[in-house]
Amino acid sequence: MEHIITPKVEYVKLLNTYPEKKSALGTLYLTATHLIYVEQTNNNTRTETWVLHHHIMSVEKLPLTASGCPLLICCKTFQLLHLLFQRERDCQDVFQSLLRLSQPVKEEELYAFLYNPHQNEVDRRQGWEFISVANDFSRMGLSNEYWEISHLNKNYEAALCRCSQPLSGLTSRCVEDEQMLQAISQANSNCPFIYVVDTRPKLNAMANRAAGKGYENEDNYSNIRFQFQGIENIHVMRNSLQKLLEVCSMKSPSMSDYLTGLENSGWLRHIKSVMDAGVFLAKAVCDERASVLVHCSDGWDRTAQVCSLACILLDPYYRTIKGLMVLIEKEWISFGHKFSHRCGHLDTDPKEVSPVFTQFLECVWQLSEQLPCVFEFNERYLIEIHNQVYACQYGNFIGNCQKERLDVRLHEKTFSLWPYLLKNQHLYRNPLYRRSLESTVLRPSTLPLHFKFWCGMYNHYDRGMHPKQSVLDQLLSLTQKQVEGERTMTELQRQLAVADGVLPDPSGPINTPAEQDGPSEKTPTAPVVQSNGSCAPLINGDAEEAGPGAEKCNEKEGADPGATEHDLTSSEDKPVSVETEHSKEEEQESS
Amino acid sequence: MEFAELIKTPRVDGVVLRRPFMPTVEGTLCLTGHHLILSSRQDNTEELWLLHANIDSTEKRFVGSLGTIIVKCKDLRVIQLDIPGMEECLNIASSIEALSTLDSVSLMYPFFYRPLFEVIEDGWQSFVPEESFKDLESMTDEWRLSEVNKDFSVCPSYPSLLTVPRDIDDESLCKAASFRHGGRFPVLSYYHKKNGMVIMRAAQPLTGTNGRRCKEDEKLINATLCAGKRGYIIDTRTIAVAQQAKARGGGFEQEANYPQWRRIHKAIERSNVLQDSLIKLVEACNDQSHSMDRWLSKLEASNWQSNVKEILTTACLAAQCIDREGASVLVHGTEGTDSTLQVTSLAQIILDPACRTIRGFEVLIEREWLQAGHPFQQRCAQSAYSNGKLRSEAPVFLLFLDCVWQILRQFPCSFQFNENLLIMLFEHAYASQFGTFLGNCVAERGKLQLSQKTVSLWSWVNRPQELERFLNPLYEPNNLVIWPSVAPQSLLLWEGVFLRWNRSTKCLDEAYQEMVHIIEYNKELQNKVNSLRRQLAQLETEDSPLQTP
Repeated sequence: MEHIITPKVEYVKLLNTYPEKKSALGTLYLTATHLIYVEQTNNNTRTETWVLHHHIMSVEKLPLTASGCPLLICCKTFQLLHLLFQRERDCQDVFQSLLRLSQPVKEEELYAFLYNPHQNEVDRRQGWEFISVANDFSRMGLSNEYWEISHLNKNYEAALCRCSQPLSGLTSRCVEDEQMLQAISQANSNCPFIYVVDTRPKLNAMANRAAGKGYENEDNYSNIRFQFQGIENIHVMRNSLQKLLEVCSMKSPSMSDYLTGLENSGWLRHIKSVMDAGVFLAKAVCDERASVLVHCSDGWDRTAQVCSLACILLDPYYRTIKGLMVLIEKEWISFGHKFSHRCGHLDTDPKEVSPVFTQFLECVWQLSEQLPCVFEFNERYLIEIHNQVYACQYGNFIGNCQKERLDVRLHEKTFSLWPYLLKNQHLYRNPLYRRSLESTVLRPSTLPLHFKFWCGMYNHYDRGMHPKQSVLDQLLSLTQKQVEGERTMTELQRQLAVADGVLPDPSGPINTPAEQDGPSEKTPTAPVVQSNGSCAPLINGDAEEAGPGAEKCNEKEGADPGATEHDLTSSEDKPVSVETEHSKEEEQESS
Repeated sequence: MEFAELIKTPRVDGVVLRRPFMPTVEGTLCLTGHHLILSSRQDNTEELWLLHANIDSTEKRFVGSLGTIIVKCKDLRVIQLDIPGMEECLNIASSIEALSTLDSVSLMYPFFYRPLFEVIEDGWQSFVPEESFKDLESMTDEWRLSEVNKDFSVCPSYPSLLTVPRDIDDESLCKAASFRHGGRFPVLSYYHKKNGMVIMRAAQPLTGTNGRRCKEDEKLINATLCAGKRGYIIDTRTIAVAQQAKARGGGFEQEANYPQWRRIHKAIERSNVLQDSLIKLVEACNDQSHSMDRWLSKLEASNWQSNVKEILTTACLAAQCIDREGASVLVHGTEGTDSTLQVTSLAQIILDPACRTIRGFEVLIEREWLQAGHPFQQRCAQSAYSNGKLRSEAPVFLLFLDCVWQILRQFPCSFQFNENLLIMLFEHAYASQFGTFLGNCVAERGKLQLSQKTVSLWSWVNRPQELERFLNPLYEPNNLVIWPSVAPQSLLLWEGVFLRWNRSTKCLDEAYQEMVHIIEYNKELQNKVNSLRRQLAQLETEDSPLQTP
């Protein structure tokens, strides 16, 4: 709390992304963990926006304007807050507080170390033991862990292995390493060779040779087939995301601005390169029955992306809600993806930050768009995991490797995310998931035209851009209704049997009237997205939402019909969504 | 003329058909007057029946004596036929070429097609202007049906019955017509029940360089405004293009002469530009060797998505004037047969829930496109693979359908129909066994005697067996105005049309089936529950005398 200079500022404006929309006026609060913006509305409803300090990527004071002192807050969840303070002093105070609060110096300052989801020590331990990497190896039928084997295809006995780059330099070699690769090769009798996949562009790998590192020389290793994959390094990816986000936050871009920006960001090109490599691995294992050894430079970024993606392509287990947890725990957390560095949890070298994990999640999303029935989870699951990775509310993604996690005693001091996600899994289900498809190896298209921009992630907070009615919500509510309907039916059949005298009456008279308004009828038939007032579809189409059954409620102020063209778009409006962290709900529940 | 003269080789055996994402089929190729047929003569493989009219262009290649014909279709499909024998191949190719480019409308397939189904409701009689006028009459008495164009002499591209302001007589209409391009004087397009505002459409006024004016035209337009009200004229062209039109005798309304109206210019492209856009887009979609950068750059360069955005934006503007501003709107571009119709019809989809039902959508297409004189035959003569000289081809209607798809995607529960209906309309506008999209206006259709000599598309679509395919299982009637987002992020490439033949649809079809299954199962379940409740209630009432002593 010592970093909060001013805990409450009144009359702060929250500017809308769309200049033509009216901005909100409200009060800003800073707590130890959150920035909270409470909008003042006329009709006594509180609209709150909660932003976790850890989610804040950057805070920027913009030049003073006539209307006040602007502060731009960019979040790691791709939320943008544009605040306008009346007094420069308040702006400065909030700015300084946020700078400090959003960049903790020590692990112990992270939210996870104070957050308690109302669990006792037993719950905590069980939570941490819930996902076990060792269990997964035995699930795959592997008893020894001599190899870092991330996937074993049961039918073919081909293996996917990972490591880091060899320290070969220009000439050196290592006989033991060569023998080891040969051993992997021989363990698979189906194929006379193994693939060695270097996920880097060839040029990068060659440059590494000069520094005493590099890649395997095919002459020194018997029976290997060497392949480069061309995934760029973390710095290129960081810059690419930066450019993508600039495109996402453009005000009223033309189609041409947008498409050109998308192209120039290179983002989808990089996503495709990760996907291509994943598909290559899956094909090698599945079609050629070859074992594959994968590495990049360090073996914890590109290698993690590619191996985990290949696992999803090959093994249907990883396409389930729990399976994805196992996969992340195994390929990312236990194999030392440097979450703390890559996500910038602490105030460290900004050059270590890179959206490597985000790209993995996006690849999964791209797959789910092409293959809508093969995942047990929906898009929201991926987005929730993404938010949680950056939130540091649970301990899973803190630290850069297992050793660091042990050092800060994460398992004793923080809680695991997975039980929380599992508890809420009904939100994350894909109603179209078909188990019958589960045994198939996925063969996605990697043609450029099959990749899409992920609006649900990068423009997540621009609700107006999203479809106004959600097929997902609709189907989720139907599947919920289905469960209730089946239950009601069984109960009615029982009652009928009792009434018929087939069954003895256990509970006195039959009570049908109560059943009349049973749960099945109370379930909303459709996700009603209540209108947020009128809007301006002209410019950015942050449009009126008309969910089925939603009432029209946009009687607007008298706009002058003789106004300018832009005035046509002006309209009374209430601002953006209410973002309430679940933690808040939980806190309220307990209190 | 006999078709037989054009068919040099009617039959070739051992032809191999290759299509992306489909197994190859080997069989016999037959040419008839209207179809290219390939049959393997095995029970389980499907036959290919391709209308010659659907063929946009062909290419031939030879490797030794094996010839290959690449057939590119107006529905954007590309198929390959491997034909053994050079002579056969050449004959087939030249026959296809001749048969697919017949000039005479009366030789088109619809004049030869006999339906295998019983026509229950004749689509030619399904949409009569008098009917929709009855609806209008029940809401307002400000309008009348005029027969001024009954012999198509006032405006050749208008239908014989037109809805015009009650207080304007036919003589004034004639004068106003002489002041508008092609005689297309302002007529009623849509009446907004909620506030009585209207959308009218017309062609550009013929002001010319010396600023001609026409009192009757001014009076006609003003007659639609209530006292003290103002309206908006939406010119679908940029101010620069509209200025240039003056030199050719066209122009736009001078505000001095129309003081109650405010003019807004938008930038919907002219039809030849749109055709170019389609060609580039489809070329980009078909080239699978692209890198990501090249694909995005070609997508951008095609301008297709920009066109979609501009058209939707203009339609939103028109709808906003009506619903938000409470102001009436007059829409026109140059001829009033292309961008004008895109805007007026899309605005109605946004504003009027009735247009989002299957029936209502058919009415909309009939009224705002067919009756309103969109020159389908000219615009749809060639599609994306046209390589010859283009005359007046343009994907104006396809762009409209694309925009409808965009709205449908954003409001997936608000339409009674699904994407299939839109794709079907696209196909039939370009090549069809039905006569609906033949001709360029009502007058031409009358001359061709389409309603007697051909079957209407609607006769087929409206059969319950066919309708099922076009029903949106998620539909829940929604009486609201639906405002689509026109942010670039919200407008996607219409994969159902443009990537249709470049992807395997197996997974997407499965997903759709699964969705239908969930919805159907739920309905069944609710029915069962309700019937059980009734049974139980019945038992109770039967039992109750016994229970009460």
